Formats: sequence, structure tokens, C-alpha cells
Amino acid sequence: MNLIVCVKQVIDPEAPPASFKIDPATNKATVQGAAPVIDPYGEYAVEASLKIKEAKGGKVTAVCLGTALQREVVKKPLSMGADDLVLLEDEAYVNGDTWSTASALAAAIKKIGAYDIILTGREASDTNAGQVGPAIAEILGIPCATIVKKIEILDGKARVERMVADGYEVIEIPLPCVLTITNELGEPRYPTIKGIMMAKRKEPIVWKPADLGVDAAKLGASGSRAKMAKLFQPVKEGKCEIIGGDTPEEAAAKLAMRLREAKVL
Amino acid sequence: MADNMGVLVFCEVTNGKLAGSAAEGLGIGKQLAASLGQELNAVLIGSGVNANADMVASLGAAKVYVADDPILKDYQTDPYIQVLQKVAAEMKPAILILGQSSVGRDLAPRIAFRLGSSATLDCIELAIDPAGKKLLMTKPVYGGNARAIFTSVTMPQVVTIRTKAMTPAQPDPSKKGQVIKVDAGLTPDSVKAKLVNKVAQQAEGVRLEDAAVVVCGGRGIGGAEGFKQLDELAKLLKGATGASRPPCDNGWLPQTQQIGLTGKIVAPELYIAIALSGSSQHMSGCSGSKTIVAINKDPEANIFREARFGVVGDWKKILPAFTAKVKELLAA
Ligand SMILES: Cc1cc2nc3c(=O)[nH]c(=O)nc-3n(C[C@H](O)[C@H](O)[C@H](O)COP(=O)(O)OP(=O)(O)OC[C@H]3O[C@@H](n4cnc5c(N)ncnc54)[C@H](O)[C@@H]3O)c2cc1C
Repeated sequence: MNLIVCVKQVIDPEAPPASFKIDPATNKATVQGAAPVIDPYGEYAVEASLKIKEAKGGKVTAVCLGTALQREVVKKPLSMGADDLVLLEDEAYVNGDTWSTASALAAAIKKIGAYDIILTGREASDTNAGQVGPAIAEILGIPCATIVKKIEILDGKARVERMVADGYEVIEIPLPCVLTITNELGEPRYPTIKGIMMAKRKEPIVWKPADLGVDAAKLGASGSRAKMAKLFQPVKEGKCEIIGGDTPEEAAAKLAMRLREAKVL
Repeated sequence: MADNMGVLVFCEVTNGKLAGSAAEGLGIGKQLAASLGQELNAVLIGSGVNANADMVASLGAAKVYVADDPILKDYQTDPYIQVLQKVAAEMKPAILILGQSSVGRDLAPRIAFRLGSSATLDCIELAIDPAGKKLLMTKPVYGGNARAIFTSVTMPQVVTIRTKAMTPAQPDPSKKGQVIKVDAGLTPDSVKAKLVNKVAQQAEGVRLEDAAVVVCGGRGIGGAEGFKQLDELAKLLKGATGASRPPCDNGWLPQTQQIGLTGKIVAPELYIAIALSGSSQHMSGCSGSKTIVAINKDPEANIFREARFGVVGDWKKILPAFTAKVKELLAA
């Protein structure tokens, strides 16, 4: 099985909401006091690819697109057990939309050559777009299943479980295909000491637009079909009335009475 | 690009009934069509969905495209794309609206890319820019910490709308639409990713999406046992029990009870958040609630920035006393 997993570097999505700021000069988001991380759903996708490799053998190649990629962050898939890491690291790739991002990733996937399953997270924690996987499928002309929590490889196809609102669906999908992975898959494994040592020694492969043979006009902002006109933080007028009491039980009873008084109960 | 005109709303049907997103899509679709001075149309896809056409027309659609075929009985990506592609070729809409459901999440990006355009998912606000007549699409990003407004360079402008974010259209039975049959030339080969089974995992009692009261527990509840106490309060208030992601990840509650960005979106009258920190991703699923009440031992927890009423303390002491007092008040 040739498995390719697309995973990005993001600002920490689990940092406290109070530390989240937007720099109006650059229109970029930051969180104070937290280092960048591998996108959480991407990490579930890495876990899914490693599970398939364990069951069926093969090779896992991680592909990461961005700039200022911190090696210790983007090497996480390697330390978890991926075989290779390809970085699409260039200013030309970034500030794009799903389409231009997926175009670059699809070009890299074609250059890698052999693929049976391409995996992505169900949505990135920064854009919350949930579209790179479907876009890659459209570009490569292969089927796609989204929000997948379980994968079983059969002859020439995969049987996957897709989370839906009131349960899950079982879908049979021919290979090659794209799968986008959800957290119901189960926690990603921790890197082992051996994995961390291997990842340290392994140099990622870096591909520039020229290496992919794609026109820079099709990449990043210039290749985008959607433009971000504005990025802002919604104002919160929230003020919470804290109900106290001499004991927790008293506070609880006062809360119930206050809710009754406010006609909430 | 100038050829594209009008608004097309994909009206999802579940178990024979129009999904809530259909009326919500037609509600906002009507406003957008009026701003553009263009037509509002709808598309129904499924098996037996012809029966829903009158309802869709009464909600304001001038033309109702209907693809009624046994192959379309359950949602499967590939034949649904094929149908929408056919309808889009015929109508050439400027705007295509779907719901941010299990179906819409999957279908919207695929049909958008297939048509040479792009999609913006989970929109909470849609408006027409008076200057360029472009659709301004507002969606939460960074897990709800921020919002972004997008425009599309390409046509059609495809969106999904967040559950309960838009005002639904009201039916007017005197309104009749023109029903147009769609033959997309489907064959069994149209299906590539094939649905082979559906497994329901609904909790008993009131559905989370419909509940007027939601009692929601977080990681701090500590186990399945603790959730029984939340169930007791939910039952008393004729509501439903939900959870943040960790309790579902840990199997204390079915995965279908997760509330948030990647779970269910709820907007009850009363939302009682117990031992959850109020992460932006969680709040994405409940910030539309009328009144949020928080119980948390950490006075600095973000949930107190979101809640209207709160008690700081250990839920194990607070919840039983609260439930007892509520019982007493309701009995009085
Ligand atoms: C892209 C993305 C999507 C996500 N989607 C979702 C989603 O849809 N829904 C979701 O919920 N999460 C989602 N998450 C996860 C989210 O970021 C948080 O990790 C999660 O919501 C935290 O859950 P929690 O508040 O229960 O746990 P924690 O943040 O660990 O909070 C536990 C809280 O319990 C309190 N507590 C502990 N013990 C007690 C006690 N005895 N009495 C009172 N209080 C106590 C603590 O003070 C703390 O505030 C998503 C994350 C990402 C990156």
C-alpha cells in the first residue's frame, strides 16, 4: 500500500481563547505563549495511515505545505512512524485557498507517483474549511469519502465507516481514493524514542514550484478561487452573573432560584 | 461568469421529510435573490422526493428541480454530484446553497470544484455586496475564535449554511412552483463510493437537536457514571444530555452526542455546561443557546466568558443540590 498523508503546521488550536489575537497589519492570527503544532485532524490522518501500513504493509509519505515550517513540528509524522516527509515550503504556495493549496498537493502527489490512499484530516483547525481532501480527489479524478473513522482494506477497495449525525455509514470505495479522517478513529499514537531518533536523522525532501512543474500563477493567492476579504474577532458582550453561597449546596440552590426568577426554568 | 443568474437551494430530505436546512436555505436564498433581482429555485434529490415538491414551492421556490430515482434513495456522493451538475448546467445559478449537514459537508466542495468553482462551508451570514453584486460569505475560522468574510472569483458561489443560523422561510400554500424533472442519466456505474450499510447510534429520549434544554458535560465529569447524574437533570427538564469531545472520545457517551464544531450544533433555550472549559470549538456548537449556565471549579475557565449565570465549584457537590432544588421548584 502506498499511503500519502497531507498534514499542516498550525497555531495551537487548544490554546486558551483569551490568548488568541489577530494582527490587523498582516491579517494573521496568533496565539500568545503557545508553539505551533501539527494540525490535530492531520495527526489522526497520520494515525490512520500507520494503522493501514501495520495491517497491509507499505509506505507512508507525509506531505506538508507552508512556510516557516519548524522542523521539530513537521517531523512529528516521521517520529510517529511515517517513512518519508515531503515539504512544499515556499512563499508561492501560501496565502491561497483550498483550491490552490490542493493543486500544489496534487502536483506533489503525482510527482511521488504511486498512491493507493491519500489521507487528510477532516478539517484543519485554522481554516475549518474541510475541503482539501475533496479538492485533491476532484483534481486527480478519484473517489473520496469524508469524515472517516475506520478503514479496512479489501481486495482493490477499502471499506470505511463515515460518521454522520445519527450514527455512521459503511461505504465501499475503490482504490485509489481520498479519505478524510475524524477523531472518532481513536487517539493518535505517541512517538517512540526510536521514532524520534529516526526522525532527527531523516532530512525532509523540499520541493519548490519549479520541482513540481506547476505555474506559480496557479499557486497560493494568485491561484485562488476564493478570496478572504476580512478576518476579525467577534465582539463578546458576555457578562456572567456568578452565584455564590456559603457552601456549594447553597450556591446550587440559589442558582436554581435565580434561574426560576429569570424565567429560565 | 455573467451568464450565472439566480439562487439554487439544495433541499435535503431525511426519512421522507424536508430537513430544517431546506427552509433555512430558502429563507436566506429568498433575501439574496431579492437583492440580486433574480429567481429563487430549489433542487430535490432522492427516491420518492416528488412528494416534497409542493412544500418546497410553498417555501418560495419558483422552479423545483426534482431528481427522483431509486439509485438516489440514500445519499451517495457520486450520483448526487452528477445530478447537481446536470441541474447547474441547466439553470447556471450564481449561488448554490446547501446545509452544513453530513451531506452538505461532503457534497458542497465536490460539486463546487466539479463546476470549476469553490465553496465556503459553515456560513453564519450571507449578503450581497451592493457594489460588485458578489456574495459576501461569513464563516467562523480558528475554531470559532475568529470570523472571515470570503468572496468567490468563480461561479457559481457555493455555500453551506450553519444549522439554525438563518431564519427559515415560512410556507405559503397559495404559492405554486414549476416542477422540472431531472434525468441525469444515472446508471449503477454512477456510484463509485458505494453505501453498503447504515448504523444508527441515536440516544433514547429527546433528540439533542430538538431539545429545549441541553445538559452538557465535559472532561471534568470523569466517567460514564457521572453522566447518569446529568441524565437525571436532563430528564427532569425534558431535555437531552450532550457532551464536549473528550467524554465522547473516551466512550462515556455515544459519539453522536458530541456538541461543537465537529459535532452537533444546538441552540436550545437553556444550555447547562458542566465541567467543560468552553473551548472555542465547543462553543461553536452551542453559542446560539438563549441562556448558558456554567458549573466549573476553575473561575478562570473560558466558559464563564460565555455564560449568563455561573457557579464556581465542584460539580459533584453542586449538581445534586441543584437538581434537588429544581425538582422542588418544578413541583411547587
Ligand atoms: C478542529 C477541532 C475541532 C474540535 N471540535 C470539537 C467539538 O466539536 N466539540 C468539542 O467539545 N471539542 C472539540 N474540539 C476539542 C476542543 O479543542 C477541546 O479540547 C475540548 O472541547 C475540551 O473539552 P472539555 O472542555 O470537556 O475539557 P477541558 O478543556 O479539559 O475542560 C475540563 C473542565 O472541567 C473542569 N473541571 C474538572 N473537574 C471538575 C469538577 N470536579 N467540578 C467542576 N469542574 C471541573 C475544569 O476546570 C475544566 O475547565 C475540537 C478541536 C479541534 C482542534
